[in-house]
Amino acid sequence: MPTLTYRDALNQALREEMQRDPDVFLMGEEVGVYQGAYKVSRGLLDEFGPMRVVDTPITELGFAGVGVGAAMVGLRPVIEFMTWNFALLAIDQLVNSAAKMRYMSNGQIGVPAVFRGPGGATLQLGAQHSQAFESFYAHVPGLKVVTPATPADAKGLLKSAIRDDDPVVFIEGEMLYNVKGEVPEGEHVIPLGQADVKRAGAEVTIVCHSKTVAVALRAAEQLAADGVDAEVLDLRSIRPLDREAILASVTKTHRCVVAEEGWPFAGVGAQVVDTIQREAFDELDAPILRVTGADVPMPYNKQLERAAKVDPGKIVAAVNEVLYR
Amino acid sequence: MTGSTAARSRVRSRRLDPAQADEYRGWLRQMMLIRRFEEKAGEAYSLGKIGGFCHLYIGQEAVAVGSLAALRADDYITCSYREHGHALARGISARAVMAELFGKAAGCTGGKGGSMHLFDASRGFLGGHGIVGAHIPLATGMAFAAKYRKTQQVAVCYFGEAAVNNGAFHEALNMAALWKLPAIYICENNRYGMGTALERASAIYDISERACSYDMANEVVDGQDVLVMHAAMERAVQRARAEEQPTLLEVRTYRFMGHSMSDPIHGHYRTREEVEDQRKRDPIAVWSQRLMAEELMDEAAVKAMDKSVMEEVEDAYQFADQAPDPEPGALYRDVYAEERHE
Repeated sequence: MPTLTYRDALNQALREEMQRDPDVFLMGEEVGVYQGAYKVSRGLLDEFGPMRVVDTPITELGFAGVGVGAAMVGLRPVIEFMTWNFALLAIDQLVNSAAKMRYMSNGQIGVPAVFRGPGGATLQLGAQHSQAFESFYAHVPGLKVVTPATPADAKGLLKSAIRDDDPVVFIEGEMLYNVKGEVPEGEHVIPLGQADVKRAGAEVTIVCHSKTVAVALRAAEQLAADGVDAEVLDLRSIRPLDREAILASVTKTHRCVVAEEGWPFAGVGAQVVDTIQREAFDELDAPILRVTGADVPMPYNKQLERAAKVDPGKIVAAVNEVLYR
Repeated sequence: MTGSTAARSRVRSRRLDPAQADEYRGWLRQMMLIRRFEEKAGEAYSLGKIGGFCHLYIGQEAVAVGSLAALRADDYITCSYREHGHALARGISARAVMAELFGKAAGCTGGKGGSMHLFDASRGFLGGHGIVGAHIPLATGMAFAAKYRKTQQVAVCYFGEAAVNNGAFHEALNMAALWKLPAIYICENNRYGMGTALERASAIYDISERACSYDMANEVVDGQDVLVMHAAMERAVQRARAEEQPTLLEVRTYRFMGHSMSDPIHGHYRTREEVEDQRKRDPIAVWSQRLMAEELMDEAAVKAMDKSVMEEVEDAYQFADQAPDPEPGALYRDVYAEERHE
């Protein structure tokens, strides 16, 4: 199986889907001539031309709305936000237009669009460029939210997202673009809404997604060296949430830590914890703990930034606490 | 600018073509239908049969009727939340629109959209949108799709003059001009964004001039004269369909009622005298008098037409009143393409 970077896996998914379906097009800032701010769209302009790889002005609200409108009449736009930080300018189009169109039109008009780009904590980019927004969008009925952690998942989930008939918020890990991994060739499609056990274990479940999957795997290695057998469950999709997989794992391990890069208040982890306490209360041997980004805007200073981010040590400490060690 | 004044005077001075009398009478009937429908909707609102917000189109009928008459059946239409008139002019039945206002299952969006979210995909009628200006990029996207597929379809977007101060308007018009999209932006300038007069919200008075920022064709149109409206729209449609060029039409009109049902007719922001003065150019009176003056209709025919319209509206009211509510299972339907119940 070929080894690809996360960035090239996304590129492969885009290329294959654009070859497969002439209704799929890519639109966003710097996606064409510049070859992508993060080079995800490298080579696509040459292959598909300017009608299908469309450079836009810096106008997130505008081109997100153009994507919604094109999708309302049957095209399958992939709208790239240079980062999800900038997409806040377009959140009205995602929440008020894309998410609600099928419902308020009584099922007459769908929005088969993908909104994608990098998100999550970065390195010393400061408060406005280093944020995780998946909980914002996951709050909204009508949207699906996907956060791949590996190159193989990035490809398989993006292909599914493009084929999906509903609007998908596809948040790539900004710090993951150079990560390498084996990626199946050709028709590799991962259904939305399926979590994945990235490491099987028996004593505690670490629920995570996106960048925190790698962090949790490192934590699990440290725990293994200390004699603790942790399971790492990658949600992959935040909405729909794979409740069965979460409950199956916790029913096996009876202890759980939920990690995410976002802020703690009303975060993804809050939803996971709610699911477990409602549906598997009697399985729990300890309260569930959450490890999140600090409840502050991201500071620039390296030491402060480190203190604000999720790291393996914080996950290990939380695991030890739920194991009463 | 495109010499709109000259074009307008040509339209006004030209005698009506008797060969098109049926179409002309059809416009009058559509305007009358909208007027009587909206009067009935206001009445139903007062009786508590219509809930939420309800924005009436009374006074602006010639804009929707004159412009929509210039479109093809497969063109795309998006509107703001003051869209009952556009829906009726596009051919959605009075029954389906009234039932939607009543929140009934037989409404054009199954009772789930309401007054502000009327849709009929089979007519290219793609909403009723409730966030000021936010649907302008959507129409731009539909125009993009038409160009992408080379279908010669046109995407038309209706919005009020208050929306032009919104970023979505500028972002959308810039892209439409940049990419040469077959879009027609119809600004229904009724002088007030809720209670804020145009000159208290916009740094320039002539909204059409905003198109100059994007080197976009534009016209100022008399929205109280359905024939003038129709002629301007035909020029814009030609520009879009044949030349793939967008147009901004600033249509000068006036709403005779308050912003919504909770707003009195004049309130604190306009005088009774102003409203009375504007009512002298009632678009229905302007057109019916023209048709009578040119002997395409007589007074008895106009009265008979009004009577038939009132019967149609009364039928729609009775239909909506007696129609069933959506069944409870509708609550979770159509959130996603695949139904999921939670």
